Amino acid sequence: MQYERQNPAFYALLAALIFMSVGPILLMFVNSFKLDVDIIGGRTGLLFLPTIRNYETALCDVLWYEPDHLDFCSLKFGGAFINSLIIALASTVITLVIGCMAAYALVRFRFMGRDTISLSTLMVRMVPPAVLLVPVFGLWNNEFCIDKATMVGGWIRDTFGGRGDVCLAGTHSGIILVYVAMNLPFVIWILQSFIVQVPRSLEEAARVDGAGPFQVFFKIVLPLIKPGLAAAAIFTFRIAWNEYLLASALSDRNTKTVPILIVNNMSEFNVEWGVIMATGMLLAIPPIIFTLFASRQIITGMTAGAVKG
Amino acid sequence: MRAQTLNRATPYMFMAPAAIIMAIALLYPLGYMIYGSFRDWNPSQSIGESEFVGLKNYITLFFDPAFRESLSVTLTFAFAVVVAEMVIGVGLALLLDRNIRGMSVLRTLFILPMMIAPVVVGLMWRYMYHPTVGTFNTTLKSWGFDGIDWLGQNALLSVIIADVWQWTPFIFILALAALQSLPRSALEAARIDGATAWQQIIHIKLPLMMPVLIVTGLLRLIDAFKVLEVILVMTEGGPGLSTEIVALRISRTATEFRELGVAAAMSNYLLMLLLLLTVAMFAITRLQEARAQRAARQIQED
Repeated sequence: MQYERQNPAFYALLAALIFMSVGPILLMFVNSFKLDVDIIGGRTGLLFLPTIRNYETALCDVLWYEPDHLDFCSLKFGGAFINSLIIALASTVITLVIGCMAAYALVRFRFMGRDTISLSTLMVRMVPPAVLLVPVFGLWNNEFCIDKATMVGGWIRDTFGGRGDVCLAGTHSGIILVYVAMNLPFVIWILQSFIVQVPRSLEEAARVDGAGPFQVFFKIVLPLIKPGLAAAAIFTFRIAWNEYLLASALSDRNTKTVPILIVNNMSEFNVEWGVIMATGMLLAIPPIIFTLFASRQIITGMTAGAVKG
Repeated sequence: MRAQTLNRATPYMFMAPAAIIMAIALLYPLGYMIYGSFRDWNPSQSIGESEFVGLKNYITLFFDPAFRESLSVTLTFAFAVVVAEMVIGVGLALLLDRNIRGMSVLRTLFILPMMIAPVVVGLMWRYMYHPTVGTFNTTLKSWGFDGIDWLGQNALLSVIIADVWQWTPFIFILALAALQSLPRSALEAARIDGATAWQQIIHIKLPLMMPVLIVTGLLRLIDAFKVLEVILVMTEGGPGLSTEIVALRISRTATEFRELGVAAAMSNYLLMLLLLLTVAMFAITRLQEARAQRAARQIQED
């Protein structure tokens, strides 16, 4: 492949663009290693003594030693991080498995109600989380509850934690359920466009050889749509990892996720910039890693999701 | 015989988990919300105990200046953001559609902003906009200008800038993908006929990209109505109501004012607006497909 030579102005423009898009992230990264005195002192330069004190403050509840500068560990970041991880991973896996099967059914089989389902899947893609806030809050607190008297209720309370009578609100599974439902339409949509490309003759050959529908699906179709699965996984994870509003309505003290923690600390009168930036950086790291390693899949997913939308 | 029943049941078995979850956690809540929007309902009662008030919530909202204000803020925000992002994103795509080394690295760096949590984006920009210690004002002052009251007087503009920063790459990447899938023959023909670069863009590239661009713009518009966290973290809707978008108002009505019925009615207004946009998007896509088919048939007949 031959690369064209461009004039210097073009490269200057490129550099400016890169600076603009990455600059704020780098700024946050650098500031998270500064003491508050240095941040507020306004010396924007790179000349400062880097310190991991902010990260120590943020992660104080999971550190194996006690940082010298802290008397009391007020910020329970570690716990929130683990909550976020559980919720994001679980909802990603569940969404993918379920979404994949649904997408396959929609593409490969003609059955009653297929068009209705396909259309309504598309329509619910536009529902914003804010619209779900009121009903989900009401339902998860009042209707989707299991009385503590029953066996199942006691078991769920012991396993997942929660209040006396077990409601979905305040549990990991409550938040996971909303995220799965919210992400399913998008995942089904994106996977459909990948499954369509799997040659039908391949499946028929497998069926002739005596494979059942589930075998065909798991052994033939799934391996062929791996790129689509990767893209869908990243998008689902991103939403579940980053979401704030519904999580804040549904979580209690023990199931707080990282975004809630950050927002709560931001609304305090005296913002401790250093610590906040450290928590922000920790929240941003997993998506950044995904982006650096799987940008190709992300871009494929974006184009597939939009162009055919 | 058994195998045949199994075969007939297969699609339903594949569909069932998704259908059940979406029914429980998406459709049922939406129905619940519509039901609740006709009631005078506060968080301490269950919905059965609340009183039926008919269309009262909707009518109150319709004449509520604060809600109208936040509706107009939302519309201003959404359209300003989409127009700015479309212009910048498509412009950059046209400019950067060249065969250069390291294009994939460039794209990776560009999509970073939109993968990061909105909460974190809000946090970064709130720091940069900070009146005394923020990056923008310290830079301006070191150049001898006055600082700008970013999140005060110019709050809406500041919020729009932050969103443009985060989402322009989305438009850019889709526009670039559209550009690179254009038929080479058309561009070649234009070049041979002596069309300038500018003429090529106006008469060939843009019209051919238009279908993708329209869909992209509409998708972005729908998403712009979902923005919440960035604004929440940056301004909390203030100062006054200047950046209080509807999504934020819903959450405040529900949690601070404790009027779930009104919040539900508000959600319904927002939902109807988005429904309208989605239907428009479908209609446009269908129309384009039909037109493309007709064009293809004509070519075959000729």
